[in-house]
Amino acid sequence: MRHRLEFTGKKLFRMGVLLLGVSLVTFLLMCASPLDPLQTNVGQTALGSMSPEQVEKLEAYWGVGIPPAQRYIGWLWDVCHGDFGTSLLYRQPVLEVVGERLANSAGLMFFAWVISGVLGLALGVAAGAFRGRWQDRLIRGYCLVITSTPAFWLAILLLLIFSVWLGWLPIGLAVPAGTDASSVTLADRLAHAVLPALTLGITGVANIALHTREKMVDVMESDYVLFARARGESARSAVLRHGLRNVILPGITLQGASVSEIIGGSVLVEQVFSYPGLGQAAVTAGLGSDMPLLLGITVITAAIVFAGNLAADLVYGAVDPRIRKGAAGR
Amino acid sequence: MEPVLQIKHLSIDFTRYERGTKRRRLTVIRDLSLEIYPGQVVAVAGASGSGKSLLAHSILDILPHNSHVEGEILYDGTLLTPERIERLRGSEIVLVPQGVSYLDPLMKVGTQLRKGKKDPGTKERYRIALNRYGLGEETEELYPFELSGGMARRVMIASASAESPRLIIADEPTPGLDAGTAGRILGHFRELADEGAGILFITHDLELASEVADRVVVFYAGETIEEARAEDFADVACLRHPYTKALWYAMPKHGFKPVQGSQPYPGQLRSGCHFAGQCETCREECLERETIPLRPYDGGRVRCLYPKEEGQV
Repeated sequence: MRHRLEFTGKKLFRMGVLLLGVSLVTFLLMCASPLDPLQTNVGQTALGSMSPEQVEKLEAYWGVGIPPAQRYIGWLWDVCHGDFGTSLLYRQPVLEVVGERLANSAGLMFFAWVISGVLGLALGVAAGAFRGRWQDRLIRGYCLVITSTPAFWLAILLLLIFSVWLGWLPIGLAVPAGTDASSVTLADRLAHAVLPALTLGITGVANIALHTREKMVDVMESDYVLFARARGESARSAVLRHGLRNVILPGITLQGASVSEIIGGSVLVEQVFSYPGLGQAAVTAGLGSDMPLLLGITVITAAIVFAGNLAADLVYGAVDPRIRKGAAGR
Repeated sequence: MEPVLQIKHLSIDFTRYERGTKRRRLTVIRDLSLEIYPGQVVAVAGASGSGKSLLAHSILDILPHNSHVEGEILYDGTLLTPERIERLRGSEIVLVPQGVSYLDPLMKVGTQLRKGKKDPGTKERYRIALNRYGLGEETEELYPFELSGGMARRVMIASASAESPRLIIADEPTPGLDAGTAGRILGHFRELADEGAGILFITHDLELASEVADRVVVFYAGETIEEARAEDFADVACLRHPYTKALWYAMPKHGFKPVQGSQPYPGQLRSGCHFAGQCETCREECLERETIPLRPYDGGRVRCLYPKEEGQV
């Protein structure tokens, strides 16, 4: 137990360092951005018709002219006190914006995460077990096609088929447009989330399935599966008793790591579906030079990704007897 | 008495792709014949990489898909068909593999041995088998990584003896063990043979083979080159093939004289005697002949035109 706590402590320290680095890089990239916040957000014509005092006020609002070091340290200081600042575009506290957007995205991402994990594992195990046969070829073919398909393109394709041609599902947004917030039903929300979640899930499956297949092939060629067969266990038993058990462990790591892919994918997919989630907010903040919001989103998503990996590491340690017992023996 | 296992002219080859789509057949075992009678230990001795393990896998029908087997394997006098071996492996015909890597690293020993069965009868059977080799109930709760090399070997022997087998195939069951532990493991095999099982003992250690076995089959470049009685190894003059003699001289107690040269790899073989490159008494005729047959000779068998000639001295 002590070992586990020590391990977690070390990881959390690393997470702090990582987040600091991520925020700094984001900040520097934004500083290097050629976009002028005033021209982007106010517009050339509007700027031209303003008095110098008004422009000065706006410059102060968008942080133009403040030395970068001072801006970053100021932001960092506030964050250390729990204040992520106010979004310049939404004129709301960053944490509020992120919270609201995350609530929209969370269901989407969680659904995609579960789908890609379960389906990816199942397809990978099947492909590995039927290595070289038609089942394997079919699954591998599917995975390769999907991996080489950009997520946004797939999103447009699904949109075309299910929303435009078939008309089964709404074409975008998270709720029906022009409806009172109180009259939006759960079914409405679900109908709007299906396509984006499906796109993310389908994309995620391919990666997990291909990795799982490789591991499964290794397991099926291992000495212990050979011995199991020699002891009269059926092929079915070799796959289900030994294959699955040994594939689950790397599966946990993959599943933890796939959090980052899903968050990354959601940026593009939400853009295509005009889904008001975290990904879309990130794009808006980036293009609109909303520094506090972008930093907030980046740091929080980085923390989520890190938490995903940390959770995988901890679960791994609890599941794998070699680590569990090895640590207990020390 | 009828032999429990009879192998007649067994050949194993693999189809491999090289340079794109060019297919090539690689023969790993060629024209191997042997018999094992109940209560007998027959050792197959050969250098590492000479395809000995494949012999075990071909009997059990667990070779990889790209392999091709020719010849006949008879069990109890009848042909061992794929359907038959599927029924027999793990019950009448068992394998004792090399080491701990043959145990599922994520499954407790007990669960693993029981092959998914949970009835009290099965539990009892494996408990008794483990006990026989000095392994208590607590062993069942261990994971393979918690076993020592010797314990892992005993677990695997227990897994074999629990089935009351009639044929045991032991594939290198002793490397990595100290002399004392290895001796005890070999003793366990002798014991199982004395209870009536036939044992195929695969090893790279000729000295060990001659100590534990009743008959020794020597393997060279995928071929059987000699079949000898264990007692033939007491005196080099009783040995038939120049390679066996060279190995005899290479044993520490007989002068530790290394065998010159190395075995040809499968796929690099020419016609004639395959040992020619390393043989000191090689004659022109040995190279001219297409194949050298394995023939009965002096109570054993040999694949040599001029056996028992003193080559290495």
